Amino acid sequence: MDVRALLKDAGLAAFVAFMLALPMIGFQTVDFSGGVGITVVTRFGDVAISVVLVFVGRLALSLLQYPSWRPPLLMASVVVVVGLPLLKTQAHYPVITWLAVIASAVIAVRSAWLHFDVSGVVGRDENNRMGDAAAFIGRWFGPVFVLFAVIFPFLPTTSRYLLDLGILVLTYVMLGWGLNVVVGLAGLLDLGYVAFYAVGAYSYAIIARDFGLTFWACLPLAGLFAAFFGVILGFPVLRLRGDYLAIVTLGFGEIIRIVLLNWASFSGGPNGISSIPRPSFLGMPFHPNPPEGVTSFHQFFNIDFSAEHRIVFLYYLILILALVTNSFTLRIRKLPIGRAWEALREDEIACRALGINPTNTKLTAFAIGAMFAGFAGAFFATRQGFISPESFSFIESAVILAIVVLGGMGSQIGVVLAAVLLIGVPEFFRELAQFRMLAFGAAMVGIMIWRPRGLLAHRDPSIRLSDAAGAGR
Amino acid sequence: MEYFLQQLINGVTLGAIYGLIAIGYTMVYGIIGMINFAHGEVYMIGAFISIITFIVLGLIGITFIPLALMVVLLSAMVFTAAYGWTIERVAYGPLRGSFRLAPLISAIGMSLFLQNYVQLVQGARVKPMQPVITGGFEFFQGSGFTVRLSYIQIIIVVLTIALMVGFTFLIQRTALGRAQRACEQDMGMAALVGIDVNRTISLTFVMGAMLAAVAGMMVTLYYGVIDFFIGFLAGVKAFTAAVLGGIGSLPGAMLGGLLIGLIEAFWSAYFSVEYKDVAVFVILVLTLIFKPTGLLGKPDIEKV
Amino acid sequence: MTRTPLLQVEHLTMRFGGLIAVNDISFTAYDREITAIIGPNGAGKTTVFNCLTGFYNAPVGRLRLTGARGEFLLERMDGFRIAQKGGVARTFQNIRLFPQMTVLENLIIAQHNTLMRASGYTAAGLFGLKSYRDAEREAVELARSWLDRLGLTAQADWEAGNLPYGSQRRLEIARAMCTKPVLLCLDEPAAGLNPRESGELRELLTEIRDRRRIGVLLIEHDMSVVMGISDHIVVLDYGRLIADGTPAEVRSDPAVIRAYLGEEDTDQIPPEVARNLRQGGRV
Repeated sequence: MDVRALLKDAGLAAFVAFMLALPMIGFQTVDFSGGVGITVVTRFGDVAISVVLVFVGRLALSLLQYPSWRPPLLMASVVVVVGLPLLKTQAHYPVITWLAVIASAVIAVRSAWLHFDVSGVVGRDENNRMGDAAAFIGRWFGPVFVLFAVIFPFLPTTSRYLLDLGILVLTYVMLGWGLNVVVGLAGLLDLGYVAFYAVGAYSYAIIARDFGLTFWACLPLAGLFAAFFGVILGFPVLRLRGDYLAIVTLGFGEIIRIVLLNWASFSGGPNGISSIPRPSFLGMPFHPNPPEGVTSFHQFFNIDFSAEHRIVFLYYLILILALVTNSFTLRIRKLPIGRAWEALREDEIACRALGINPTNTKLTAFAIGAMFAGFAGAFFATRQGFISPESFSFIESAVILAIVVLGGMGSQIGVVLAAVLLIGVPEFFRELAQFRMLAFGAAMVGIMIWRPRGLLAHRDPSIRLSDAAGAGR
Repeated sequence: MEYFLQQLINGVTLGAIYGLIAIGYTMVYGIIGMINFAHGEVYMIGAFISIITFIVLGLIGITFIPLALMVVLLSAMVFTAAYGWTIERVAYGPLRGSFRLAPLISAIGMSLFLQNYVQLVQGARVKPMQPVITGGFEFFQGSGFTVRLSYIQIIIVVLTIALMVGFTFLIQRTALGRAQRACEQDMGMAALVGIDVNRTISLTFVMGAMLAAVAGMMVTLYYGVIDFFIGFLAGVKAFTAAVLGGIGSLPGAMLGGLLIGLIEAFWSAYFSVEYKDVAVFVILVLTLIFKPTGLLGKPDIEKV
Repeated sequence: MTRTPLLQVEHLTMRFGGLIAVNDISFTAYDREITAIIGPNGAGKTTVFNCLTGFYNAPVGRLRLTGARGEFLLERMDGFRIAQKGGVARTFQNIRLFPQMTVLENLIIAQHNTLMRASGYTAAGLFGLKSYRDAEREAVELARSWLDRLGLTAQADWEAGNLPYGSQRRLEIARAMCTKPVLLCLDEPAAGLNPRESGELRELLTEIRDRRRIGVLLIEHDMSVVMGISDHIVVLDYGRLIADGTPAEVRSDPAVIRAYLGEEDTDQIPPEVARNLRQGGRV
């Protein structure tokens, strides 16, 4: 191998890293102690570390291209043995150390993998293998996951904290599944999905507050309102090209947020709406001392009152909502409208030539996606008891999109895994919380480069000749 | 009348800044047909590099303002260009030929990454800066309202015009500009006749980043306060400007920037400050629905 | 046999900026006939197709379709309605299958409008009503008959993008036929096919004409296909119509020979080219 070219390439990368790191990492703006304004402190040590890391990383990546597994493994070992003690003493961010370790491990495993994989072909084959794995997981582990989710609240290890986390993850799973209809199936990039989430949340809050309707009466209304907004917003813009559509939906999301922020008499402005009614179980509230004439949940079942009852109830509520979303999506995929969505994603021009009305078809996808967001929004409002425009910023849309993209557009099981990975795991590593969005961004770029169809991309045909033949003959 | 004149001045200044950012969008769109969603972040990084350079210059005792301005301008352009180049190489370059939404999703990821990166390394708090250039002209002191035209506003507009002239020359007269226009027309063909397509695309990002850096420096000087989040809104507005002017068209980007600046200034002055961003988003939506080619754009014919 | 006009094109004109791509073209395509549109590259053939199928809106001209489904003025209809209501199906010069969907799915999607109605616009389908299941079964049967005809039954559950090139071309034709059209428009169906495959294509097209009894409009460069199966040929050059007649008439038309071989060479056509033209080889 050409060592000189390798070094030159890595050197160039290191130089660019130096240019990037020098102003932004080398100098940190800090507040003047005691005075007004800001000054800078230097962190040249970190610049040096970044440059070295990039040099080594680039070298390692180039070495991966070579058929032999020894150089990358050697490289990775050198990083771990020599680099770690150095990094441990120097870096301001322990995460850099961790990243270096993980990267070395990945490189080492990867090189070994390449060595033992006789064909040495990566790309399509590997994609298929991952796809088969996804299909396998979906078919066999799907029911296991559901079962686990059902008994989860009663596991001895499940604390109140874990239960809350479960609710959070399931909310994102539901949102991810909802957005999957729009992005994954219909191929419409919606950057303002959170707007429909907001519409659902505010419709529930306002209807419940002003008209005194119960959660169960409000839930369909919230979904309907959100779907209605989807149609209103979607109708004029759905014939735009994909990337324009994305930006316009982003605009809509922001418009709705700004309106909620400023229309105080309607939405409470930045203060939001508080004391939103909590849901009840078949009309029985979760309340220690229910008002006269109302039977509380714990009274009816003759058990001691516990605040956890409501949490468990909320958990099952979102679990059911999410599962409904999932089965609806799986079912509609096999109907003409679902097939038309996928066909539109593949080739809109061919669809028009086959007599499929593109606008109506996209509009249905948009409205159905919005409806699920509306349901999730109503759930969010009743769970929190308080909503404000802050919960519905662009970042939320980006997080939901990241879940869908990472999981594999159109893959239901992928969304679950991505939601657990992106929402659940960061909660456990609180010290990494500040790196969460950084990692999201990097993951979205990485996925697009290495596995554009998602980590667990797999597409089941909506109909097979072999299955249909049994029915047909 | 005085009030109107004041808004006009403010609007033109704002428009110059938006226009400079919009050029980055329009050039990239012209050459590879993607919306560089991270471009707003590049502008934000330009603003940060400007403020850091200002402070460093102050610390080492360079206080002669014209010199300081020159150094800051240069430093912001060079270092931000490095960011522009890297973003293209890392996030977009490998995606040529991928499915059609891939570059946009990657760009959104890049945008999130950069925002949080800056927040991480520079802190989440707003960064104020002492005004460097103060003073200006005051006139029309009638009816109790003074119209101010500050030096900084003059600098912004003059610098923008100078950059525009230089830039137009670059695109129309140099080999790089020709290569760029060739790639816009047909990338495969351009490669066949010996144009280094990758290099041309990289340089397009570098130029866009440089102009965004200038815009970032101007904003730092003009408002005197920045934070890691300024890129998002400015990016969307500049993109609106590019669409309004006709995406792919350089004069269009400038015109669109100017219009957006004016609309924002007058809307804030005569209607409501709260809804000024809504006004811009509505313009974006209306333009895309009714005139997707913008004011100066070429119609694009669907290839079947 | 009496000829029934199926599509009457009158004074069709299409401009792109300053360029007149199609200039005042009039011709008629008849039912149960194969009408070929030929001409050198850039003559405006695909533009005619795009006007016909609603991808372009021609500013001047009338496109009157008188098919089994009634009479339609195509220039006034949206692209998808031309296929949906009028019954005009088309294929594309560069194949446009749904590459990540299976072969069978491609054929089922072509029956979208029928199935949509049967599924009660999704409601009935969601609850799995029998009427929808029957309709889907019929759709599969239609798809299967085409798969059997094309010899693609074994590949029915493959991703369409993984089929060999020639099969993709044929699948695209089958997909268009699954919309049950009255007029089938084919944009260079023989492009890139080997001689055996283009022979099969000729068989397929004559079968569509004679057994499915619909009109076919064909853009093609492969003269063996054009001369072999067309009932009627329309020749375009620089956006103008320069000849319109039977294969024999067109073959001996001096204007056509000039268009293909260039102005100055008309006196001295190389003998082998002339023979080729007469015998229907590739020019």
